[in-house]
Amino acid sequence: MELLSILFEVTTGHGLAALGAGAAAIGAGIGVGLIGKGALESMARQPESSDDLRANMILAAALVEGVALFGIIICLLVVLG
Amino acid sequence: MITEFAKQFVFTALILLGGLNFVAAQTDGHEEVNHNNHSNHDVQDTSHNSQDDGEHKEFVAKDFIIPHIADANEIHFFGDHHSGFSAPLPMIFYVEGKGFDLFMSSKFHSEDGSHDEHAVLTAVGPNTGTVYIKNPETGISSTKGESFYDISITKSVFGMMFIMALLVITLRSMARSYSKYPGQAPKGLTNVLEPLVLFVRDDIAVPIIGKYKADKFLPFLLTTFFFIVASNLLGLIPFIGGFNITGTVGVTIVLAFVVFFITTVNGNKNYWGHLFWPPGVPNLVKILVVPIEVFGMFLKPTVLMIRLTANMTAGHIIILSFVSLVFIFNQNYGAVAGFGMGIFSTLFMIFMYFLELLVAFLQAYVFTLLAAIYFADATQEAHH
Repeated sequence: MELLSILFEVTTGHGLAALGAGAAAIGAGIGVGLIGKGALESMARQPESSDDLRANMILAAALVEGVALFGIIICLLVVLG
Repeated sequence: MITEFAKQFVFTALILLGGLNFVAAQTDGHEEVNHNNHSNHDVQDTSHNSQDDGEHKEFVAKDFIIPHIADANEIHFFGDHHSGFSAPLPMIFYVEGKGFDLFMSSKFHSEDGSHDEHAVLTAVGPNTGTVYIKNPETGISSTKGESFYDISITKSVFGMMFIMALLVITLRSMARSYSKYPGQAPKGLTNVLEPLVLFVRDDIAVPIIGKYKADKFLPFLLTTFFFIVASNLLGLIPFIGGFNITGTVGVTIVLAFVVFFITTVNGNKNYWGHLFWPPGVPNLVKILVVPIEVFGMFLKPTVLMIRLTANMTAGHIIILSFVSLVFIFNQNYGAVAGFGMGIFSTLFMIFMYFLELLVAFLQAYVFTLLAAIYFADATQEAHH
């Protein structure tokens, strides 16, 4: 019950934006984690393809991060706008 | 006293985690309503603590962070926003039918001579006599509602001019040194920058666009890469005004538009064919796919813009938030907590700073890479 009332406290006002930022971070964390996992496994199997994999890994991570940053931007707009 | 305090202060989050309270402080207009509704005794406890030193000016993280990441009409080095040390920049206005106004931003002064950061400042244009009002919240307007164009040299514009000059001088001299000493190993600055140039050519342009077409796009890719790297790094140098050039939407929107323009102009029949009549796709599915593809054509540069802006701004905000944490802890929990937080914050700031150095290069790489991918997409060969 205590936790619920705190959650309520947080969600009234701009707290929701903070929760949204957290949710965006969770999504990005899962995404980047999976990319890292995939790249690492592939590199372990085929060390000679490391260079190609690294470039594609960074690209994919940037795309995931971009989506997370949309969330952050919207949260910022809620808090500051 | 209570309302004075209430206006300045609001809590957005109070999270109990293993008996620890993490408190972030912020202001907004709803504070008075929120304050009366507090049912949680923890919140009241903390607010009571900070009431004790209520005569000090309340630290508000938002008012500290936003001026640091926003564009400004002066280069602010250190100290308070108005009483501190800052360099003025030229203001240029064009009033319709009256002509240009040119004066330094130090001419802006408040009516009552106060140095409050929320004070409304005014300045009279020397040429047209227009009275310009600079409101920290709403921006610059004129008293009589005359329409004017603000083409002032702002902090970001100044930073971009500086980078432009720097890049032209260094890269020109670098290019000259190759013809001056043909066949010799590069020395000095050339030696430092050559790997970056080769990186853009051999790891971005050639593998993605193709050996023969890459030459056409390489000048743009190199220019973009070096401009973004230089702007990002300039933003990381402390005490010179905290430039946030690539974190300004106006800058990245132009970069993204140029990418979009080059992609569209260079689009061959395969590119447009894939866009409007994707080969090998059933006709019914085409109805779905074509609008998505056409929407994606505009979405790609938009995402390019937002990614760069958000990444650089987020980096600045994180570092500034660690600074703010020290003041917030000092204010809410006393000087010892503030001191402890200072050590913690400094360590994290150093960590974030190195991460930002990585991000500065990474974002330039990603922007150039994605631009190269879009160019390769536009000049693709038929392969069916």
